[in-house]
Amino acid sequence: MNKITLNIDGRELQAKSGQSLLSVARENGIYIPTLCYHPRTKKAGKCRICVVAVEGLPGLQVSCSLAAADGMIVHTYTKKIIETRKMIVELYLASGKHDCPTCEADGECELQDVAKVLGIEKSGFPMSDKGYVTDSSSPMIIRDMNKCIHCYRCIVGCNDLVVNEVIEMGYRGSRMTVVCDLDSPMGDSSCVICGECVQLCPTGALTEKKAAGKESNRDTVKVRTTCPYCGVGCQIFLHVRDNEILKVTGVEAAKPNYGSLCIKGRFGYDFVNSHDRLKSPLVRKDGKLVEVSWDEALDYTAKKLSQIKNDHGPDSIVGIGCARTTNEDNYLMMKLMRGVIGTNNVDHCART
Amino acid sequence: MAGLAATLGAGAMTNSISEIEGCPVIFVIGSNTTEAHPVISYSMKRAVKKGALLIVVDPRKIELTRWATRHFQHNVGSDIALLNAVMREIIKNGHHDTEFIENCTEGFEELKRTVEEYTPEKAAEICGLRPDEIRELALMLGTAEKAGLFYTLGITEHITGTDNVKTCANLQMLLGNVGVESAGVNPLRGQNNVQGACDMGVLPDVYTGYQKASDPAVRKKFEEAWGMEGLPDTDGTKIPAMFDGILNGDVKALYLIGENVVMSEPNQTHTIEALKELGFLIVQDIFMNETAEYADVVLPAACFAEKDGTFTNTERRVQRIRKAVEPPGEARDDWWIIKELSARMGRSMEYGSPVDIWDEIRGLTPSMKGITYERIKDDGLQWPCCGDEDPGTAYLYCGGKFPMGRAKFCPAQWKPPAEVPDDEYPFILTTGRRLWHYHTGTQTRRSAGFEEKFPEELIEINNEDADRLDINNGDYVMAVSRRGKVKVKVWVTDRVLPGVCFMSFHFHEACSNVLTNDVFDPVAGTAEYKACAIKIVKDGQEARGDGR
Ligand code: SF4
Ligand code: SF4
Ligand code: SF4
Repeated sequence: MNKITLNIDGRELQAKSGQSLLSVARENGIYIPTLCYHPRTKKAGKCRICVVAVEGLPGLQVSCSLAAADGMIVHTYTKKIIETRKMIVELYLASGKHDCPTCEADGECELQDVAKVLGIEKSGFPMSDKGYVTDSSSPMIIRDMNKCIHCYRCIVGCNDLVVNEVIEMGYRGSRMTVVCDLDSPMGDSSCVICGECVQLCPTGALTEKKAAGKESNRDTVKVRTTCPYCGVGCQIFLHVRDNEILKVTGVEAAKPNYGSLCIKGRFGYDFVNSHDRLKSPLVRKDGKLVEVSWDEALDYTAKKLSQIKNDHGPDSIVGIGCARTTNEDNYLMMKLMRGVIGTNNVDHCART
Repeated sequence: MAGLAATLGAGAMTNSISEIEGCPVIFVIGSNTTEAHPVISYSMKRAVKKGALLIVVDPRKIELTRWATRHFQHNVGSDIALLNAVMREIIKNGHHDTEFIENCTEGFEELKRTVEEYTPEKAAEICGLRPDEIRELALMLGTAEKAGLFYTLGITEHITGTDNVKTCANLQMLLGNVGVESAGVNPLRGQNNVQGACDMGVLPDVYTGYQKASDPAVRKKFEEAWGMEGLPDTDGTKIPAMFDGILNGDVKALYLIGENVVMSEPNQTHTIEALKELGFLIVQDIFMNETAEYADVVLPAACFAEKDGTFTNTERRVQRIRKAVEPPGEARDDWWIIKELSARMGRSMEYGSPVDIWDEIRGLTPSMKGITYERIKDDGLQWPCCGDEDPGTAYLYCGGKFPMGRAKFCPAQWKPPAEVPDDEYPFILTTGRRLWHYHTGTQTRRSAGFEEKFPEELIEINNEDADRLDINNGDYVMAVSRRGKVKVKVWVTDRVLPGVCFMSFHFHEACSNVLTNDVFDPVAGTAEYKACAIKIVKDGQEARGDGR
């Protein structure tokens, strides 16, 4: 592709021809706010908040949709631009129940973020109630269409990224809203609860049920790890606070899943905190498993294994490793069986 | 994965997940991808949207068929007959890749001879398809620029599992679909670290990186590294033989890490009998499960979110896991427990943390030498990755270079499943996973919201059969095999063909492994979970229908 040179806010920048102005700006650390654009769902051209001024072109231009051209002179920060953006954001804030302090997305809402950057405390327009009833029929997802800004990210995500083809924009005009199938409650629809739409939604219109009321965006640490379920090995963030996993999100821009997950990876985490986890070593005494200390359990086990090895030979002991635990654990299991016990009787569940 | 090792050289997915979107043809056989590997199915469906052909061969009308160009609904366990006939047609049409075959493979003449007798007419009868459907499939594959083949347990979980895998590899070699991008022979691994457990040598015949235990040089290397002498030279026993060994008295102790064998092994009654008989059972797990009930010692382990280490995904990518929360109570890392046991058996192991163990592993495993914790702190690396500069390997056998010099055609003959329907047990039961649950259910069933979607096990029965037996959707029936019976709710559906039933093994209340047949592939030791004969008895008519 051809290299071109253009000027943004007084800086001479190199770009590929055909690249959008927005992506050139982002690559060079120039902030242009967006709401409908997302790196994975790409341009939608809906919110118009990414407007910029291009010398020689009339009015303001939508930077996610305009291709950079050689010699272009672009301004991203003029009075007119700021006023236009403020107007758009205020209209959005007024368009639905964007009552931030009570919203699940508080702290992780792109609309809220943009409003802050633009210095908007409260919309100058009255907040309207679109009158949608919150849909909490799905076991995992809460939909509050009063907060939808019609950015289409969820729709592109569901149809083009995970291709589950459940949601669409339904109705027209002021009643326009996102619908599942032929406008069924999400819980009764063909939704497979992958949560892609929730991860992509810039506002509080789609949120996670299990995280509700937990302020999951406040003071949480994100720990990057790998999904413990199937062999795809999706990359995930565990959102953790006070030794509790509050939610899971997919790692954007990382192989192999690029942010997408399935129901198990995204919502199947609460077994970790389950009350019936094994918490103490147990040894069978008089027919019953009773709690003992690690020292007692380990000494007893080692003694029994050594004795069986002595009496019946190493091959009377067999080990079954685990297709769910780490490489390091499995290697050590293998080393114990071969090196310490002295047998090749080691295998793991063959359900590959 | 013996089938892939024998034909191509390495028992692993040849290509990468990110290449799927570039496949002009995607051939899915015996993989319920949308439910078992959802994120991979997203890539397949995206490829379809971009114009790829998706061919699904499966006995059930699985979800993925919604996006398929063609679905061939063949009989359970007829894969070899089908693919042999397809290969015969490809050769007859002159669509095989003669250049690749000549330069990179051996055994073609033998393959040709073997498949010759599988005429579309003969195979059609075995497969329950029409001869022209087989010709159509051969044409679709033969005229494709290239195709990626994907399979899962529908291929491996048969007594002919290894031969099934070899046959898939034969087909892709015949078409020259190996050693190129967006093609290959791709087993999708069910559990998060099956690939890693294999790579780490948790197998009776190999050390890490598939180095043979029977090779004196390999043993010498490990003896020196470990400071231990006399590593055993005879291959060990596989899981099925372990259970038989318990019953005949050869096996006295079993150390089980994280496998709920009562639920996951076939023929539950036999498994339980063995565990009752066993002298000493150690279970190391995160939950008290059905298997731990029989244990003499139960050791509480930390789960994935509570520890550091690596998993290797289905495309050979070694990726980090990280500690995010503290384990509950006294639960400990598996490696710590093993290290402590070892010390108390007189062998101290000196590791401060998993990275020390990993460094020992890569030092002993040439194909992973270049993979360090530092390099995979963000994205993982795919083995083989042999040095610090090696970027890892997205697809194996690039340019037709195989570890054994040439890839080897391993033709196989079709054999029916060990147990086929008869007058007494007229249905064939096939088993698998469901989207809403995972494995033996110990994790998903403890996560809120999952049971709402799929609260109990269902047995899928075809409409025609249900009509004939006068069974309605939602009725409870007894599913009975020669090994046991379970009470289970009916789902009347055309997902299965007449004569076929489907169940999963996620629910202990109605676990398919009470019914499944404990017969095994002689090479891989994999059980025939995918086929056994059952009968369906309406609730209340049990005594009469049971016939025993
Ligand atoms: S959860 Fe997934 S399937 Fe359901 S609507 Fe959202 S994106 Fe679509
Ligand atoms: S629900 Fe969210 S992602 Fe979907 S259109 Fe509305 S605001 Fe955008
Ligand atoms: S998120 Fe789903 S597809 Fe991805 S690794 Fe986990 S279980 Fe597999």
